[in-house]
Amino acid sequence: MKRTAPLATRDDRFFWDGVAVGELRLQRCANCGKRRHPPGPMCPWCHSLQWRVERAAGRGVVYSYVIPRHTAIESQGEPVIVALIELEEGVRLVSNLCGVAPGAVRNGMAVEVFFTEFEDGVRLHQFRPAGR
Amino acid sequence: MASGVGDRTVIAGIGQTEFSKNSGRSELQLAAEASLAALEDAGLSVEDVDGTVTYTLDGTGEFELIRSLGIKELRYYSRAPYGGAATCAVVLHAAAAVAAGAASVVLIYRAFNERSGRRFGLPQTAAQVSSSGSYWWRWYIPFGLDTPAKWAALHFQRYMHVYGVTNEDFGRYSVVCRKHAANNPNAYFYQRPITLEDHQNSRWIVEPVLRLLDCCQESDGGVALVITSRERARDLRRPPVRIVAAAQSALWGGDIVSDYFHTDIAGMAEIGDIGKKLWAQSGLLPKDIQAAMLYDHFSPIVFMHLEEFGFCPRGQARDFIREGHIELGGSLPVNTHGGLLGEAYIHGVNHINEAVRQLRGEAINQVPNAQHILVSAGMSGIILGKA
Repeated sequence: MKRTAPLATRDDRFFWDGVAVGELRLQRCANCGKRRHPPGPMCPWCHSLQWRVERAAGRGVVYSYVIPRHTAIESQGEPVIVALIELEEGVRLVSNLCGVAPGAVRNGMAVEVFFTEFEDGVRLHQFRPAGR
Repeated sequence: MASGVGDRTVIAGIGQTEFSKNSGRSELQLAAEASLAALEDAGLSVEDVDGTVTYTLDGTGEFELIRSLGIKELRYYSRAPYGGAATCAVVLHAAAAVAAGAASVVLIYRAFNERSGRRFGLPQTAAQVSSSGSYWWRWYIPFGLDTPAKWAALHFQRYMHVYGVTNEDFGRYSVVCRKHAANNPNAYFYQRPITLEDHQNSRWIVEPVLRLLDCCQESDGGVALVITSRERARDLRRPPVRIVAAAQSALWGGDIVSDYFHTDIAGMAEIGDIGKKLWAQSGLLPKDIQAAMLYDHFSPIVFMHLEEFGFCPRGQARDFIREGHIELGGSLPVNTHGGLLGEAYIHGVNHINEAVRQLRGEAINQVPNAQHILVSAGMSGIILGKA
């Protein structure tokens, strides 16, 4: 299956570098310790430009979800579930939910991260029901 | 009571082309035709124009437009970002410029071939999106969220979950706006109302949130407005429409088309913020508004508008709509021209033209005794008043 490759920038290359090696990485302010996502160069709480990268536990819940039925990737085969995942660390990110039938997805269901390589070497973080 | 730009400026003229699926001419020509129509409506000439405002997404450059119209000199030109979020922002920019003395007559234009040219509803690539300035979308496109319908639906699904709202509930808005459009000869869906059954039989675009009949049209067309001061408008052709209040909003945690990062996304914080600003600037309350033109790229956003502005409590827009409040004859007729679903998608600016027609008393679906009309596009809003 084909996916559009993510566009990394100077401010978030660490995230995609992590995906490439199978790690879900989050940005954390080196001064006040708060996490933020999507990543950015400056801490919005303390304005520090210093930050570090930490590996997320990779666990979270489905905050919201949709099943697109119109053109693009979903026409390539089985339905794709897109989910807004709320991570244990308190940030949200958009990803896909796999290993569950579209009709069985529920808001709040526990999920865990894994990584998939699509066509042309595009690697993305994906989620599946936790503990299977 | 007035603060900000409140009540010092007016809409002196409105203009538009026909709305279609294939205009057969350039976007520049649509912009020029709509602009000239607005100036003629106002009783002003191109020599009077010294400012312009449009969308950052508009393809017609200021130099191209003034070259066509023969405008000799601009001393103010500005653009508002983020697609439909600019709908009322262009009025704020124009009104602020006039109130500050930076310009005296500002022409607002928005024109495109959005159906026969570049369609917004087709999947976008990351490169297209990044060049438009909305960089965050590159976090969504690799996962299959590559159209506005998909970005928006992931937000709306949370609203459905929290309040138990169904797609059938959304369909009741679609039925109302298509009913309004059915009377409007300028509407693409003139004389083509739908039933709730038609809505429920239309195909899924994004399950379980949006069916085809929840989505706005893709349209070709142009719309223009002329903004000037109350003083300048006194001896003009048409009764001016007062710009009573105008506001933009961008809140930390917000995003464009999508809304994934606010603590509570079962609503839309920016709409609530616009409401607070407009009520404070105008001294008006929801009960003082006789009709509302609400940005309806997708039907669920109308529910959020109704709730965030306080026309009904959170989670109860479905009952408000089911009870008929937003129909002609209801307590708050909404999108009396048919909205972006029924009339056309001219990026929201056609909502402002309808508000002006209502306040002049010349709308097709005229609301009796319209004194104040709210126009909102989520991240920008205005209250217009009868002169």
